[in-house]
Amino acid sequence: MANVLVFAETRNGELRKIALEAVTAARQLADASGGGEVHAIIAGAVGIGDKSSQLAAHGADVVLVAEGAEFTGYARESLGATIADRARSDGYRAVILGFSAQGRDLGPRIAARLDAPIASDITALAVDGGNVVVTHPGYANKVIMTLVLTGTPVVLSVRPGAFTAAGSQKAGRAESLPAVAATTATVTVTEVKEGAKGRPDLGDAPVIISGGRGLKAAENFKLVEDLADAFGNAAVGATRAVTDDGWRPHSDQIGQTGRLVSPQLYVAVGISGAIQHLAGMRTSRTIVAINKDKEAPIFKVADYGIVGDVLEVVPALTAAVREARKSGH
Amino acid sequence: MKIAVCIKRTPDSESRFRIAASGATIDETGLKYDIDDFAGYAVEAALQINEKSGGGETVIFALGPDTVQESLRKAMSMGADRAVHLKADAVPADGIAIAKALAAELGGGGFDLILFGKHSFDSSSGIVGTATAELLGLPCVTSVSALHVAGGTGTARRELEGAAELVSFALPAVVTIDEGVARPRYPSLKGIMAAKKKPLVSRPAQLGPVRVTVQKMELPPERPAGRIIGEGVAAIPELVRLLQTEAKVL
Repeated sequence: MANVLVFAETRNGELRKIALEAVTAARQLADASGGGEVHAIIAGAVGIGDKSSQLAAHGADVVLVAEGAEFTGYARESLGATIADRARSDGYRAVILGFSAQGRDLGPRIAARLDAPIASDITALAVDGGNVVVTHPGYANKVIMTLVLTGTPVVLSVRPGAFTAAGSQKAGRAESLPAVAATTATVTVTEVKEGAKGRPDLGDAPVIISGGRGLKAAENFKLVEDLADAFGNAAVGATRAVTDDGWRPHSDQIGQTGRLVSPQLYVAVGISGAIQHLAGMRTSRTIVAINKDKEAPIFKVADYGIVGDVLEVVPALTAAVREARKSGH
Repeated sequence: MKIAVCIKRTPDSESRFRIAASGATIDETGLKYDIDDFAGYAVEAALQINEKSGGGETVIFALGPDTVQESLRKAMSMGADRAVHLKADAVPADGIAIAKALAAELGGGGFDLILFGKHSFDSSSGIVGTATAELLGLPCVTSVSALHVAGGTGTARRELEGAAELVSFALPAVVTIDEGVARPRYPSLKGIMAAKKKPLVSRPAQLGPVRVTVQKMELPPERPAGRIIGEGVAAIPELVRLLQTEAKVL
C-alpha cells in the first residue's frame, strides 16, 4: 500500500481539467499499488483552498492547501521545492502532474530534487511487480513506447485527455501545507498575456475548429471563429503555415512543433494535411475535413470529408450546426 | 558571453518509422539523422546572441554514440567554436541520468547561459534541460519563443496554453527553446571547412544508474481509411446527420 501525491494545477484561481485527470491517474496508481490514499496539492493565493471540495469529489482523499502570496501565479521555484519536500517527507509512491505548460516545467524540477525517475506525457499506467509501467507516445505520436520505471518515488506527467476525470463518493479532508522556500534564484514573471477570452484551451476543448491556408486570407478566419461559436464549446486552432504568416498567434499552432491535441471532434478547414500537422491531431476521435482539393492528404484521415470551397461550405455548416443545436438533437 | 548548447541527434521527423526486431527500438535502416529541430533553434539563438555582442564563445554538447560527432561538427560549421562529445553506447530513456551527466560536465564550465531544445522529437519528453538546471541550482525558463540577454539579465517570452508569460531572470541561467526564437542557418562552405579544424573532444558520459528503460515500442493503430461524404454545400445535411447519429458529437 502506498499513497500518491498529485499536483492539482490551477490557473487564474480555477482548477484546470487536467488537475482532475491527474487525480484519476493517481487513484489508478494507488489502487494498483494495493490501495493507498491520493493526496492532492493545490496552491495559489489565499482563498484557493475553497476549491478543495472539487478535488475531493473527484477522488482526492486529502487535499493539501498551500495558500499565500508566494504561490500567486505560477510560482515554479516555490512549487518545486514545496512539492518535492512533501513527497520526500511522507514516503509517496509517486508524484503525478499534468503534461501541461505548468506540469512539463515542474515535473523535471521535482524529479531532479527527489533524484527520482520520471516519465512525461503518459497515456496509461500500471504496476508490474515493484515497477511502474507507463505508455508514452514518442516520435510525435508516431511510435508508442512502454517504459519501465524502477525505484520509489517516481514522477509522472499525464497527457491531457488520456485519463477521464471520475467522481468519488468518499469525503476528502483538507490540510494546510506550509511553503518551502526556493533554493534557486527565481524567475520573475513580469506580465501574462492572455489569449482570446471566452474560449476553452486547445487542450481542454471537446471540439476544435482549425484553419489552414485554404482560407486564403487572415480575415476569413472569422468563418472558423463563427463555426466554433456555433458549437459553443470549441477552441480554435491553426496550421503552422497560418501561424508563420501571422494570421494567428504561434500558440494556436497544432502540429508536431505546436500543440498535440485529441478532441472528440476536430474540424479541419482549408487544411491540406501536411505530415507535420497530422502528427498533432490524428488521435482526435472524429475528424471532419473541408477542402477544395479532393486529393489533399487530410481526406486520408478524415472520417467525414467534404470537397468544396471553404468560403461557401463553412458558413452553411455554421448555420446548420446552430439549427441542429437549437432543435436539441 | 560563454554559452553552452546541449543538442540531440534525432531522425528526420517526416520519416515512416518501423520497429526493430528487438521490439524495443526503432529500425534505423534508411533513416536520416540531424540536429533535433528545437536544438537547432537553440544553436542559432546562441550564435545570434554572441554575434550581436561581438564576442564570447559558443560550446556545443551532445551525449550518445560516436555518430553524434557528425551533428557536433554541423553545429560548428554553423559557427559554434568548439564541441564536447559525452560518449555513451546509446541515449537512455532516463532523462535524470542524462541530466546528471550534463550537470557534471557543465557545472564548472563558467557558462553564462545554457540552452536546450524544449524537447526532442524522439523521446518527446522535455525533461533533460529543466532537470539539469535544477541539479546545477540555476534559474530555468522553459518553452521560450523569444529571448534577449543583456547586462547579466535575460528576458524571455514563454508559451502557455492559450497565453504567454513574459519573464526576467538573472544569468547564469538555463533556457529551453521553442519555435519562434530563430530559424537555424545553413552552414556555408567556408563554415564547413572551418569546422573541420575546430576542437571536438570526446569523453565518457557519467550517466550513473539508468532507472527508466524502454520495454517495448509499437506503431499506433492506423486510423480507418478516410471517406469523402460529398461535395460542397449539398453535403452538409449528411454531415450533420453523421455528426449526430454516428459520431454523436452534435
